[in-house]
Amino acid sequence: MMPIGHYLFLSLALFLIGAIGVITRRNVIIVLMSIELILNAVNINLVAFSRYYGDVTGQVFALFIIADAAAEAAVGLGIIIAFFRNRETVLADEMDLLKW
Amino acid sequence: MLDSVIFYFFAGTAVVSAALMVTRRNAIHSAVFLIATLLATAGIFLQLRAEFLFISQIILYVGGIMVLFIFVIMLVRLDVPLPQIRSRMQKWIALFVALAVGVEAGVVIFLARKVPGQGLLIPNPAPAEKLPPNTEELAKGLFGSYLLPFEIASILLLVAMVGAVVMAKKRADAP
Repeated sequence: MMPIGHYLFLSLALFLIGAIGVITRRNVIIVLMSIELILNAVNINLVAFSRYYGDVTGQVFALFIIADAAAEAAVGLGIIIAFFRNRETVLADEMDLLKW
Repeated sequence: MLDSVIFYFFAGTAVVSAALMVTRRNAIHSAVFLIATLLATAGIFLQLRAEFLFISQIILYVGGIMVLFIFVIMLVRLDVPLPQIRSRMQKWIALFVALAVGVEAGVVIFLARKVPGQGLLIPNPAPAEKLPPNTEELAKGLFGSYLLPFEIASILLLVAMVGAVVMAKKRADAP
C-alpha cells in the first residue's frame, strides 16, 4: 500500500497545473477545462482518504463533485456559445462588457 | 511493489498530460491531453479500489463532458492563431501563485507525518482483499445517509440542463 502522501502530492500537482491554466490561458474553453482538472484533483484527495479511512463517504462526495462538474461544464459552454454568437470571440480579455 | 509501479505510471501520465494540456496552443490538442489526464486519474481510482468511480469517471467525464467540450471547440471558430499568454507579467504571476500555494501545501503535507497521535497520515488501511464490494457500499451511502443531497443533485442537473438550453438557444427576436 502506498503512503497517502503520494496521492496528496499528485493531487496538489494537478491542482497547481490547473490553477496555472486558469490564470495564464486566454481561451475561455481552455480555462473551463483547467477548472475541470482542478475538480478532478480534488476527487483524488477524496478517494484516497476514503480508501485509507475505510469509509465510503469520500467516494459519495466525489460522485457529487463529478455531477457538479457536468452541470458547470454544460452551463459554462452554453454561456460560451451565447457569447461567441454575440461577439465572435472566445478570448477572456475581450469579455469586457461589464467593465468601465 | 506492483502497487507503486501502477501508481507511478498513472501519476506520471496524469501530470505530464496535464502540463501539456495547459501549454498546447491548439484547443483540440488541449482537450485530448485533458482526456489522457482524466483516464490516468481513473486508473488511480482503480488502484484505490474505487471501482464505481473508475467507471463513472470514464463514462461521465471522458464520454460525456469531454465530448461536449470537443463539440463546442468545433462549433466555435478558432482558426486565428492566438498568442498563448497575454503578457509575460501574467506568466510570472501565475508561477508565483502556484509556487506559493505549492510550497505551503507541500510543507503541510510533509510535516503532517510528524504530528504526534493520529495526525494526517493513517497508518494501516484495510487490505484490499478485506474490502466490502465497492458499488454496494457506495449505493448504501448514496441512498441511505446521503439521499437528500442525491435528490438535490438531480435538481441541480435539471436546472443546469434548462440553463444550458436557454443560454445556447438562438433568440427569436435576434437580428
